[in-house]
Amino acid sequence: MIQLQAFTRISDYEWEIPKTFRHDMRVPVRVFASRRLLENALGDKSIEQAVNAATLPGLVGRVVVMPDVHQGYGFPIGGVAATRYPEGVISPGGIGYDINCGVRLLATTLEAGEAEPYFKDLIQALDKYCPSGVGAEGGMRLSEAELDQACREGARWALRRGMGSEQDLRRTEEGGCLEGADPTRVSKRAKERGRSQLGTLGAGNHFLEVGIVEQVFDARAAAAMGLLEGCLTLSIHCGSRGFGHQICTDYVQELQGAVNRYGIHLPDRELVCAPLDSPEGQAYLGAMRAAANYAFLNRQLLAHQARLAFEAVLAGKVSNWHLHQVYDIAHNIGKIETHEIDGQRVKVCVHRKGATRAFGPGAPGLPEEYARVGQPVLVPGSMGTASWVLVGTEESMMRSFGSSCHGAGRVLSRNAAKRSVRGEQLQRELEADGILLRAGSMAGLAEEAPSAYKDVDEVVETVCGAGIARKVARLRPLLVVKG
Amino acid sequence: MRSSRTGDRGYREIAHTADWALRVWAPDLKGLLVTAAEGMYDLLGVVTDPNQPVQQHLALEAMDAESLLVAFLNELVFQLEERRAFWQFDLEVKGTQLEGELKGARVIGQGKEIKAVTYHDLAIQKGERGLEVTVVFDV
Repeated sequence: MIQLQAFTRISDYEWEIPKTFRHDMRVPVRVFASRRLLENALGDKSIEQAVNAATLPGLVGRVVVMPDVHQGYGFPIGGVAATRYPEGVISPGGIGYDINCGVRLLATTLEAGEAEPYFKDLIQALDKYCPSGVGAEGGMRLSEAELDQACREGARWALRRGMGSEQDLRRTEEGGCLEGADPTRVSKRAKERGRSQLGTLGAGNHFLEVGIVEQVFDARAAAAMGLLEGCLTLSIHCGSRGFGHQICTDYVQELQGAVNRYGIHLPDRELVCAPLDSPEGQAYLGAMRAAANYAFLNRQLLAHQARLAFEAVLAGKVSNWHLHQVYDIAHNIGKIETHEIDGQRVKVCVHRKGATRAFGPGAPGLPEEYARVGQPVLVPGSMGTASWVLVGTEESMMRSFGSSCHGAGRVLSRNAAKRSVRGEQLQRELEADGILLRAGSMAGLAEEAPSAYKDVDEVVETVCGAGIARKVARLRPLLVVKG
Repeated sequence: MRSSRTGDRGYREIAHTADWALRVWAPDLKGLLVTAAEGMYDLLGVVTDPNQPVQQHLALEAMDAESLLVAFLNELVFQLEERRAFWQFDLEVKGTQLEGELKGARVIGQGKEIKAVTYHDLAIQKGERGLEVTVVFDV
């Protein structure tokens, strides 16, 4: 196990393992964490996984680790690594099984007090309109041709069917569609899984959450986003469902042979990879983009369905129930971007696994309304705790490949969480705190207990203290729907 | 924590921070595959309807025993989304190939979902109980 002595302290919130720490490291590992969070991270294999990730061919700069890090597969969850394009590698383990798992935030001008009499009806409606839970299927079953088209268009597929707005797409990372998606590189098996799951939330740690803007820290940024203290918000956390999971599974299996063909030696089979400019690398890139677009579309459909739920319950009863998009971000994805490395502009494949893009003011790809404030960074806490809206900074562009944290990160195993609290007890405790809950499974609920996660406030203090994000608003949950 | 023992093979659940893991043992590779499947279904809380039997022919080939185990279990994960689960495995395992018939029934309930079976720390080892392996599932 790696010890604290292996690190050089750069600042209160930055620590580095030099590339001389192990003979096969190609770049150093830079950890953004308070000392307490770093010591916590040393309790599992997450830092060791970051060191393993630092051995991949074509890496540039450093492997970056976020303060919400925990152990993953290959890469830790909460890790960022960039490989030179096109000769560096792309690794499915650096992106994750749930390709484009991410968060969408919508907001209202509706004060929580005005809507409160309808909260019980609203949570029932959200539960009904947004299918969740194990094996959930949506209201639409696409043909293979329709699914291929959806993978090429991403969120725009929903727009063309009247289930979204140009503002929704403008305020989604990459406009809700990665170019270069290649559905021909997606297996029939993945397509079979994906055809009936659009518009569903899934299970596990995915959720819908109605919250309240509890405190605004940056008035100008909050105004740009339409975040008003005391008003309702809606967060959607989910990804590419079985479609994306199957794509990653397929390519983790397929690339096992590729590493031998390209003479790549790996300390961990989950780091399996291929050169970006190889047929295998291009195939995975095309398939990964298809899954990413599926997830953008899925969150767009869920947003539409949630709007229907709000309308069904609140229209005619409150002053203004409308939900406008704040932003939609991915936290498991691979993107081709250009970053400054040692004074030079370098085109790279940025792998973000449990990490969020956090582009600063003036960065390319931001909608005009956010050009001066920076890209919104959405950081959900655990169920029942706070969530945060941050913005990216120029510092993040220079120090973390324009990336920041994605959430709270687990500290307890699922069994330990279930031993610490029963689902029914947790539900009562949350309701006593004024949080209404709909959960498909009490055991699943206990696994997601707040005590199983790190303190999101501490995670946010770290990224802001390090300068790679800036606080905009803190949100408090009111209604939670989970599978 | 779930566990089971049937004669000279068995499984038990072990702690893992974010996901699930099973320690599995059996006298041979075929036994290891079947026991890992049983453990996985147990973790998932799969419930089937014996009045709706299903049958499936399966043929898999992999580069090594670990990959065969991952491919086999991921096949079962896929079949679960097709609402099929199996408890009778009439398989022939030769080296890193398997072929045979699976019999089971339609799934009418399932407590949890697995995203995928991973290669995390996956190494089939010879031990006192024959072959042993720890399988980690991404939840």
